[in-house]
Amino acid sequence: MPTERPTEKIGGVVVRFAGDSGDGMQLTGDRFTSVSAVLGNDLATFPDYPAEIRAPAGSLAGVSAFQVQISDHEISTHGDTPNVLVAMNPAGLKANIAVMERGATLIVNSDAFDERSLAKAGYAVDPLTDNSLSEFAVYKVPMTSITQEACKEAGVKPRDAERSKNFFALGLVSWIYTRPTDTTLAWIEERFGSKPQIADANRRAFRAGYDFGETAELFDSRYEISAAAFREGEYINIPGNTSLAWGLIAAARQADLPLFLGSYPITPASDILHELSKRKEFGVKTFQAEDEISGIGAALGAAFGGSLAVTTTSGPGLDLKSETLGLAVSLELPLIIVDVQRAGPSTGLPTKVEQSDLLQAIHGRHGESPVPVVAATTPSQCFDAAIEAARIAVTYRTPVILLSDAYLANGSEPWLIPDVASLPPIEANFASATNATNAEGQPEFLPYVRDDETLARPWAPPGLAGLEHRIGGLEKAENTGSVSYDGANHERMTLLRAARINGIADSYPATLVDDPSGEASLVVVGWGSTYGAINAGVERVRELGRHVAHIQLMHLNPLPNDLGSLLAGYEHVLVPELNLGQLCSILRSKYLVDAKALGKMQGNPFRPAEIEDAILEHLGGAS
Amino acid sequence: MTSTAVPITTKKDWSSDQEIRWCPGCGDYSILTALQMLLPELGVRREKTVFVSGIGCASRFPYYMNTYGLHSIHGRAPAIATGLAVTRPDLDVWVICGDGDALSIGGNHLIHALRRNVNLNILMFNNQIYGLTKGQYSPTSEEGKVTKSTPFGSIDHPFNPISLAIGAEATFVARTHDMDRKHMQEMFGRAHQHDGSSFVEVYQNCNVFNDGAFSAITGKDVRSTMLIELHNGEPIRFGADLERGVVQLPDGRLEIVSVADVGTDALLIHDEHRDEPGLAFALSRLSNGVHEPTPIGIFRDVVRGEYGAEMQAQVDLEQEKKGTGDLAALFRSATTWTVD
Ligand code: SF4
Repeated sequence: MPTERPTEKIGGVVVRFAGDSGDGMQLTGDRFTSVSAVLGNDLATFPDYPAEIRAPAGSLAGVSAFQVQISDHEISTHGDTPNVLVAMNPAGLKANIAVMERGATLIVNSDAFDERSLAKAGYAVDPLTDNSLSEFAVYKVPMTSITQEACKEAGVKPRDAERSKNFFALGLVSWIYTRPTDTTLAWIEERFGSKPQIADANRRAFRAGYDFGETAELFDSRYEISAAAFREGEYINIPGNTSLAWGLIAAARQADLPLFLGSYPITPASDILHELSKRKEFGVKTFQAEDEISGIGAALGAAFGGSLAVTTTSGPGLDLKSETLGLAVSLELPLIIVDVQRAGPSTGLPTKVEQSDLLQAIHGRHGESPVPVVAATTPSQCFDAAIEAARIAVTYRTPVILLSDAYLANGSEPWLIPDVASLPPIEANFASATNATNAEGQPEFLPYVRDDETLARPWAPPGLAGLEHRIGGLEKAENTGSVSYDGANHERMTLLRAARINGIADSYPATLVDDPSGEASLVVVGWGSTYGAINAGVERVRELGRHVAHIQLMHLNPLPNDLGSLLAGYEHVLVPELNLGQLCSILRSKYLVDAKALGKMQGNPFRPAEIEDAILEHLGGAS
Repeated sequence: MTSTAVPITTKKDWSSDQEIRWCPGCGDYSILTALQMLLPELGVRREKTVFVSGIGCASRFPYYMNTYGLHSIHGRAPAIATGLAVTRPDLDVWVICGDGDALSIGGNHLIHALRRNVNLNILMFNNQIYGLTKGQYSPTSEEGKVTKSTPFGSIDHPFNPISLAIGAEATFVARTHDMDRKHMQEMFGRAHQHDGSSFVEVYQNCNVFNDGAFSAITGKDVRSTMLIELHNGEPIRFGADLERGVVQLPDGRLEIVSVADVGTDALLIHDEHRDEPGLAFALSRLSNGVHEPTPIGIFRDVVRGEYGAEMQAQVDLEQEKKGTGDLAALFRSATTWTVD
């Protein structure tokens, strides 16, 4: 009889699952996350996978990893460094060992450490035997062979059984962290129910992993992580691409407009297309175009026709869309362009995060071509950001670029499901009548007469008699919209387009400043997905008794009206960005502040420690 | 709108107040007139009619129609019109494009619109030259053509637009020319009637940069001997006394013969509705350029599901099964948990 292991309460843990692309690491991490969510832990995930679907097996390039932080208190990132690394093969170990801190736990599939696999990962000597891992707690578990043994009775061949070893790993980690088994077993049934043999193998592997913890007497204790003190309500664990898609569906509902998506498949944006194409019951029409240009072109056509029109893309796709984006600026029609940023230039690192499209989003078109830019800050906040992008697009009759990124797209966190009745209204306000009188005293419709307050022009989709009008990419005469080559008119129209976009800032709420003591001399200004890391870094600095303020921008163009005066209230401005300092350069030129950039371009998000260190460095000795 | 009867209109109602800026004598005028005169007869509403164009001389067209209109980007009209047509099946959407516009920069959009069979009436004005940029060779210019950008003659092999459209799985393919209003109107009317993408190539004279490009076949005096008018269900023949005809050789090729030599029964009977596109394609290859007898009329008119209707059908089916979408349920479509 195995001895009953003591259970120790801990505040949280960061686990990283790493293995070959074909090892099912994303699924394993996702399942571990899901059971933890159901237990009420706060959590944040970071799927980190290669661009190739199946890079050479066993190679470093082919390592796919999934990191999750689970906690009994509120957290905002997937954690600095993992406390536990589950490595399914030598490459998984080698690719991640550098980020592990002394004393961390390594659980390795010892079966995979044969000569060939070691060589593929670039190990000359087996790290499990050469003492190089002596500062870690290493658990060698023959995962492959136990899984094969356990699956024998399921009647699957050893080769097929081997595929279930990720469920063994999941079972073992579930045992260590006292996760309930029923949720996972029910999920296996649901997912693999139609393939009973595979379901059976996965179930057996999972049980074998769990029982291994219980019986092997390798692990001295198990751990418990209590539920976090969340606000009351119903929660769902949601990745950014899904929440963004749901935000678009909700925005269309709120505006009472049909939703249309024109899109071309591209990593890491495609999941938005997948999600929306499933939701036809909401009247959503999705169009997989022949290319990126057609994706936005069709969306613009749908916008002309009165749909809430969206196109989704990433990196190189945004380059291709800029021509049509310029036409949308000229036509002054509502359109949402979602750019899920990834590391560039060119194909760059297609699955890795970067925030280097900011200047392109704001400026990347020929001519004076102002476009509002909104950036989502967390996976669940993608929902709100999508609704905000739609509000701006529809209210001001303008294309809006909504920036997400690879980290937000795939990372997930618990989302407090909002009450549908509490969602903000969006008014489409289609033109319903003529708005002028011509020289002969007849009523006529002029497509470029502007609203006094928003400077927006009427949106008049085809269908109403008397409102027939022609618009295009040639410069238009003020009010009438007729083609005009007049220089003075062009300047007036250029100024009007700029004023209309700048005026959007009047509709923002006051900028949120996180400065609890009010004594901070340094403000950290972030935008988009750095929110979590900055938040955590700032908290740590405060725990040291130092003062620091934090502003996270969601509106990048136009910037909030109160931002200049807020920044003027601080001696130091630090701007962490996953780029060379794009927002920083805007703040410097627009507000003449001596903002300092903190850049990172390694294809992964900031760690809170990096933010903490940078703040402390800037604060120097002054407390 | 309360009235359901389509109001009676005239050409004037369909003409906008914009000053027309094509060169005097340009073939575009007669195409515009043909359409402005045809539309009142089609029983359609101005407010339900949209002209979408790209960039180029032809693409100024929408400004001159008193309907809804969108003058877009070079080559992109089929893409933009696709989004409009599939979200607004109640509209009549016409795409006006040129040969450079549709076949060069916009070639990709054109072929995909055709294969999808989106409900668009695509009129491609083919003048075999770039007009608006002042006279460079186009993807339909003949080999050896001397232009500003080909001072030593073009080395580009041209597209045959009809072959291209048939190859792109188009369900309606026709050709007409700017010298024959009645024929244009017949083709445009049939294109409008067709459910799905209709592609009509219109030989259009650019009297400034490529004058007389088609005169060897469309001139009044040569027409009867140089234009092979296709009529559904009838033997394919032409000539002042219909003395020439088209036969199919045993190897599948088509050949122009003297009717007296082969007899009427040997002539190929034109069948627009033939599902198999081989014969329509062969007809499109009958002429090697606009100096040889060239078929005009409807090459192909077959039935295939219209893209927008099929997209709508999927939405309707889902709504029938699930109702019209419940946001609260959507937000709970994966495992949820409650914190009290
Ligand atoms: S350049 Fe040629 S095609 Fe263009 S308007 Fe003049 S004549 Fe017509």
